[in-house]
Parts: sequence; structure tokens; C-alpha cells
Amino acid sequence: MPPTSDTGAARATPAPARFANLGDRAWGWGISILGGTILVVAGLVLLELGRVARPAWEGMNVLRFLTSTDWDPVQEKFGALPFVYGTLVTSAVAILVALPVSVGLALFLSEMGPRRLRPPVAYAIEVLAAIPSVIYGLWGLFVLVPWLRGTLEPFLQGTLGFLPIFRGPMIGHGYLAGGLILALMILPTIASVTIEVLKTVPAALREGALALGATRWEAIRMAVLPYARPGILGATLLGLGRALGETMAVTMVIGNSPAISASLFAPGYTLPAVIANEFAEATGDVHIGALASLGLVLFGITLLLNAAARILISAVSRGTRGARA
Amino acid sequence: MNVHQEIAAVKSPPPLSPEVASESRRPRPAPGQEAPAIQPKLTVEHLNAWYGQNHALHDVNLVVPPRSVTAAIGPSGCGKSTFLRCLNRMHELIPGARAEGTLRIDGKDLLGRDVDPVTLRRRVGMVFQRPNPFPTMSIRDNVAAGLKLNRVPGDHAEIVERTLRQAALWDEVKDRLGASALSLSGGQQQRLCIARALAVQPEVLLMDEPASALDPIATAKIEDLIHELKERYTIVIVTHNMQQAGRVSDQTAFFYMGDLVEVGPTEKIFTNPSEKRTEDYVTGKFG
Amino acid sequence: MNALRWRRFVNVFWTVVSGSAVLLALLPLVSLLWLVTSRGLPGLSASFFVNLPTPVGEPGGGVGNAIVGTFFMVGLASLMALPVGVGAGVFLAEKGEGVAGKAIRFTAEVLSGVPSIVVGIVAYGLIVAHMKRFSALAGGVALALIMIPSLARSTEDFIRLVPSALREASLALGVPGWKTSLRVIMPTALGGIVTAVLLAVARAAGETAPLLFTALNNQYWNLDPTQPTASLTVQIYNYAISPYEDWHEKAWTAALVLLLLVGLLNLTARFLSRNRLQGAPR
Repeated sequence: MPPTSDTGAARATPAPARFANLGDRAWGWGISILGGTILVVAGLVLLELGRVARPAWEGMNVLRFLTSTDWDPVQEKFGALPFVYGTLVTSAVAILVALPVSVGLALFLSEMGPRRLRPPVAYAIEVLAAIPSVIYGLWGLFVLVPWLRGTLEPFLQGTLGFLPIFRGPMIGHGYLAGGLILALMILPTIASVTIEVLKTVPAALREGALALGATRWEAIRMAVLPYARPGILGATLLGLGRALGETMAVTMVIGNSPAISASLFAPGYTLPAVIANEFAEATGDVHIGALASLGLVLFGITLLLNAAARILISAVSRGTRGARA
Repeated sequence: MNVHQEIAAVKSPPPLSPEVASESRRPRPAPGQEAPAIQPKLTVEHLNAWYGQNHALHDVNLVVPPRSVTAAIGPSGCGKSTFLRCLNRMHELIPGARAEGTLRIDGKDLLGRDVDPVTLRRRVGMVFQRPNPFPTMSIRDNVAAGLKLNRVPGDHAEIVERTLRQAALWDEVKDRLGASALSLSGGQQQRLCIARALAVQPEVLLMDEPASALDPIATAKIEDLIHELKERYTIVIVTHNMQQAGRVSDQTAFFYMGDLVEVGPTEKIFTNPSEKRTEDYVTGKFG
Repeated sequence: MNALRWRRFVNVFWTVVSGSAVLLALLPLVSLLWLVTSRGLPGLSASFFVNLPTPVGEPGGGVGNAIVGTFFMVGLASLMALPVGVGAGVFLAEKGEGVAGKAIRFTAEVLSGVPSIVVGIVAYGLIVAHMKRFSALAGGVALALIMIPSLARSTEDFIRLVPSALREASLALGVPGWKTSLRVIMPTALGGIVTAVLLAVARAAGETAPLLFTALNNQYWNLDPTQPTASLTVQIYNYAISPYEDWHEKAWTAALVLLLLVGLLNLTARFLSRNRLQGAPR
């Protein structure tokens, strides 16, 4: 091992410089700054939301804000409960309707349906996802609401009228209309994520069950669904996140009445709807602050839901990668 | 460690003076590569490589004479590809990979941190396992890509023709230089990639199993090509195909589990190796 | 034998159930597309694209200013969002494996789930609260904030589709990394990146909620970024919730125009992404 004069420095440096020349360094910095902008945007969202909301916080009791039912901007009385309630009820209806339909759709597309039918159905789901929310609202207002008033609501009252949720006057506008239009809008989200999740189910699981003589449905029930369950839960949370924050379509069909009713037929209000309706014509900084506080509540909930959904979905796909390796 | 150092058949020569180094660039026929009179083109000393915690190459020492073909053989995972990638610092693309040691071309160290890998790669070209022409560029632009992107002045059209001829592809593509590189067959694509590597006028050409994705006829063409390229370039080729190593190379290096077990004239390695492990491998007892 | 027949029946039963789910999902879609077309088509004429809105009952009004407004604000938003969104996507694709990259990817994913009405409040705080006026700029900022995170993620995905062999080939030619990214990787991913951009633009063009209290609306032509501006979506909303039959018909026609615009953008995007990387080496 003859010592050489010019190599000592080279040998002492294990990690080579990644960006050795000026161009590489500039490029690295440039894209890093652009990447960092995402964090700046996130910071801005939080900061500005807080700043706009702040005027309403003076003397505000958070618990009272969230549990009071009295919303009267002129008197500067801000109780958010009717909106929180309406948001939760419409979202619950949406999930209850959309989840089974989406999972059925996803199973049809990836497991059970005839192969020839899959591409057009997949395309239809894409179209469903691409339609702007205000057009859903238009359709809801002029098609869904009259149909609910004239057909579905009388039918539900006639058959299941003993349940309090199906009692009361049937006017079409209300929680049920909001929930159903939301169901339609979150259906592509849940279905497409579920399809992705089903794709990650190892073929060996499915084939193993089929090889044992299981029917297609038995293979799905015994092998596919248990494996995909956390991912489907994640898809549902993503859909829920979208349902909670969806504004226009709901605003156009829910009736916009700050009340709390047990009946799904009754008009109500949601968090995004009240922001949409009152923000532009708010009476002052405190009113705007209160609306922005509602936005902050909405932001917090969707943030948690999205984070949880991403973690669940990536857990499923990571599991697959491990199983394949 | 000591064992490996003793095993390494070629001892490192002392560093070369610049005058000698430049002299070695002059064309010179190369009969009998081991003759001490010829200055080595490529000198590797105490090369160690790691992937994270995994010590992938153990103290490799190797000398490559100019205008010769050196083949690196060995079973999968033996470190031969890692060795090749270190020669033009492509290993730095793999997260967590690092290499220590000395790599000299004409006596000048090029593995140091202060050396931009870009300058090394312009002198040491590389051809990969799978043909990888740039899909957005025409045949002509693929060959000239290195010249264009590096803003090398000069008559690109002339260089394109010359290197395509060197790569034995000119006659097949001269009428459709503007066509997409993807319109070529796999074997043609690989020769295009060789032409692309030659166009930047490297001194050393690294080939990482260049024929493993090709059919036998295309493979034969590549091997013929290697014979011709040897007249101008110094070539290091990795192959898992021992017959191929026997056909194309002057010198063969056998790697096993990260060690350079033995290096010597190809004929000797395949007929009369000094190491038991080499013999076992070339006679097909393992690997 | 009996058990087998029962199991087969169950299998068929669930196949039918999943098929019904498809019908249940497609029925509203067909109804929606049919109604937008059948009720929107009668009002569609050249003047609908070029005229200003008219008061109730006055015939011949159009949504020309709203169409221009939508293009104007989506254009403003694109100017802001494209460099940042695409650049962030390049960052995620090239240096996204570190701690910073993972944090940024997660942030982008979570941000793309933030309700657009909340983004509207942010744009209000950023622009309207300072200028004391609703403006096209505020609307553009709101749309840009919506575009950036999803654009970053989809750009990343498309760049990652470019085989790493191309980067290696370029670097092995002695081409520096930055030039490799800019001249080899980006052109190869171009079709995908354009697809991502078109999808982001289509989504922005269909947004209503964040414009309600940023750009507001305007009865007249406007190309001044500091002035309130009409948009197709807000116009549809205002027409739809009005009590006038005449305006309802205009809402349907405007909805048809919007649907055509969004549909065209999506179709172009689909076409481009189908052709991306066709035949590229693995």
C-alpha cells in the first residue's frame, strides 16, 4: 500500500458532494424553495384563517360557541351548533348511502363485473368526479328536491313513518336532500380510492381462495375485503372530508335554516353553507370573525380526517409492498 | 483485508508523472497488456464501496491497460456492477451508497470529493444493461445529445455520422436520422446508445451487461463492435456470460462476494486460474 | 350438492347487488347530463357567449362577461400556481425521499383536502381585507391556492413515471444533474405535466365557493384585477337560486357552457396522458 501524495484528501471524505457544481447547486436550491412553498402555503392558510377569525374571539367562550343554537349576527350572538349538526347529519347520510354503493361499484369494476363493462363504468366515475359542484347544486335544486318532495319522502313516511327521522312536513329542501347530493359527489372519491386499494390486494390471496374452490364472492368476502378494510376505511374518511367541506351543492338544496330538527325532511344549515351565504354580506368584523371561526373548525376537522385517511391508505399499500418483496 | 490485498493479482504502480500520463494517450498497439512498458489507462487502488451498512466492495486493486478490454465476471451480487458504477461515480445516484479509494485515469485521481463527477463522466462513458435512448429525441439528436447538452462546439453532423459508423449503425439509420429513436429494434437501440456514449469522445467505455437484453444476433453484433472499438477505446465490460467474457476480453477480473478474487489474462483465467474459487466458478461448480 | 347450489346462488346474488350499485350511481349521472343538455341547449346561441346579462324578462342576455371573467381569473391563478405547483412537484420527484420531502408531500396531500370555501376565507384575508374591495386578484389567489397542492402531487407522479435509466444515461454522458432534469427528464414527462396542469385548470374553472366573497360578481365586462369580476360558476349559482323562470333557463344554459369547457379540458388531458411515455424503455 504505497502512500500517494494526492489521494489522502480523497480517502478521508466518505460522502461525495451531491451537488458539486454551481448549476446543480442552483437547481437544487431552486426546486427546494419551490417545494418549501407548499409549507409556506400551509402556514399562510393557518395564519390568515386565524387573523380573519380573531375579531370574534374577544370574550368568546369556545364551548358556548360550539354548543349554542342561537345565531343572530345583528345581535352579535353566534352559536354554531345548528351548522355543526347540519354538517354532521348530511355527511352521515352521505356516507351511509355512498359507502355501500361505492364499494359495490369498486367490486364490480375490479372483481365481479364483466371485463367489457369495466372501461365505460370507470370513465363514468371520472365524469362524475369532474362535474363542478354548482352544477350538482343546479340538478339537486330542480330535479332531486322535487323528486324527494313528491316521491321519496312520501314513500319513506308511508313505510317507515314510525321513525322520528322520517316525520314532519315534506318540503324537499332539507338534510335528506343535502345528504343525497353529497353522497353522489363523494361517490367517485370513495369508489376510485377503493379500486386502488383493491388493486394492492396480493393476487395470491385471491387465487388461493379460488383454488380452494371458493366462489368469486366467497373469495372477496374471505380474502379480499379483510385485507382491504383499512384502505376502504381510509377512502371513506377521504370521502367524509370532502362531504364536510362541500359547499355549493349543499347550500342550494338544504334550505338554509339555522335550526336543529330530528327529521331528515326538515330544512337545516351546514358550516360551509352559512359561510357561503353570509360572508360577502357580513355585518362587521365580528360577524366575519365568527364565520371564519366556523371555517377554522371545518379546517381542523378536515385536516384530521385527511391525515388519518392518508395514513390508513399508505399503510395498506406499504403492507402490499412488503408482502411482494 | 490483508488476504484480499494479497489475492489482488496486480500490484498498484507508483503514481505517474504528468508527462508520462500524457504520453500514454498516444496511439499504440497493445500486444501483451501485462508488459510493464505500457502505462496503465485506468488504475484502481484500495477501492471500497458501501450501500448503507453493507460493505459491497472490499479493497479492490486493478490496472487496466489502454486499448484493451477488461471483463468483470462473477455470480449475481458479487460486486462487479458496483465496481463498474464506481468507475464513473454512477454509484452516487443510489441513496446511501459511497465509495473510498483512488481511481486514476492517466495518473490523475478522479474519485476525490473535490472532483466534479461530471468531468469524470465525460472521460468515462457508460452503456447500460437495457437500451435507454431518450424517447423524446430523434436518432440524430440522441447521438448528439451529450454534445448539445454539454454545449460542445463543432460539426455535430460529422460527429454523428462518424460515431454511428463506429457503432456499426450508420448504414441502417442513415436514411431516417430524424425518426424517433424508439422506432429502432432493441439491438439497434443498444448500438445507438453506444454511439451516443462515443460521441462525447470518452477515453474509457464502461459496459454493464450490454447484451443481456438482446437476442443472439444482436449480441453477436455488439461483440464484433467491442472488438473494433478496442482499437480506439479502453473498455471495461461487466458480463454474467462467461463465454462472452472469453470472446471479447483481453483481461478478466473475477469478483466474488465483494472481493476481487483474481485478475489476469483472459486465457489464463479460463484455463489455468491460480485461485480455487475462480476455477470453481469458470468450470461451473457454482454461480 | 344443495350447499353448492346455495353458494352459487349467493355468488350470483352479490354480483347482481354490485351491478345494481353501478346502476344506482349512473342513474343520477345520466339524468344530470341529459337535463343540462336538454334544458341548456334551447338557450344556447352566439349571443349567449358575447352578451352581457340582462334584467329579468328582457330577452337576448348572455354570460359573455362571466365567461371572460372565468378565463381571466383562472389565467391569473395559473400564472401564480403553475411555476410553484410544477416546481414543487419536481422537488418532490427529485428530492422527495428526505425528511423535508416527506413532510412536504404529506402537507400537499392534506392541503388538497382543505375545503375550497376555507381557501376562500384565506384569500379574503390575504387580499380583500387589505384592499378593502372584492377583486379578480383575490379570486385568482383563491384558485391558485387550490391548484398548487394537487398540481404538485400530480406533477410528481408524472415525473416519477420517467424511467431512471434516462437520468443515468444522461449523467453518464457527463451532463450535469440540473441540465439532465431540465432537458431530458422534463421533456419526457411533458405530456404528463400538461395533463396535470389541464386537470388543475379544469378544477379551478369549476370552483364557485371560493369566489363568492373574493371576486364576488360583476354585471359588466371587467379585465381589471383590482375590480370585482363575474364568473361562470357564480353566475350559475345566482341564476339558479333566483325566483325567476327566465333566469333558471339561463342557469341551465350557462351550466351547459361550463360543462363543455370543463369536459373539453378533461378530454384533452385524458388524450395527452394516454400518449405519454408511449413505448419508452422500462
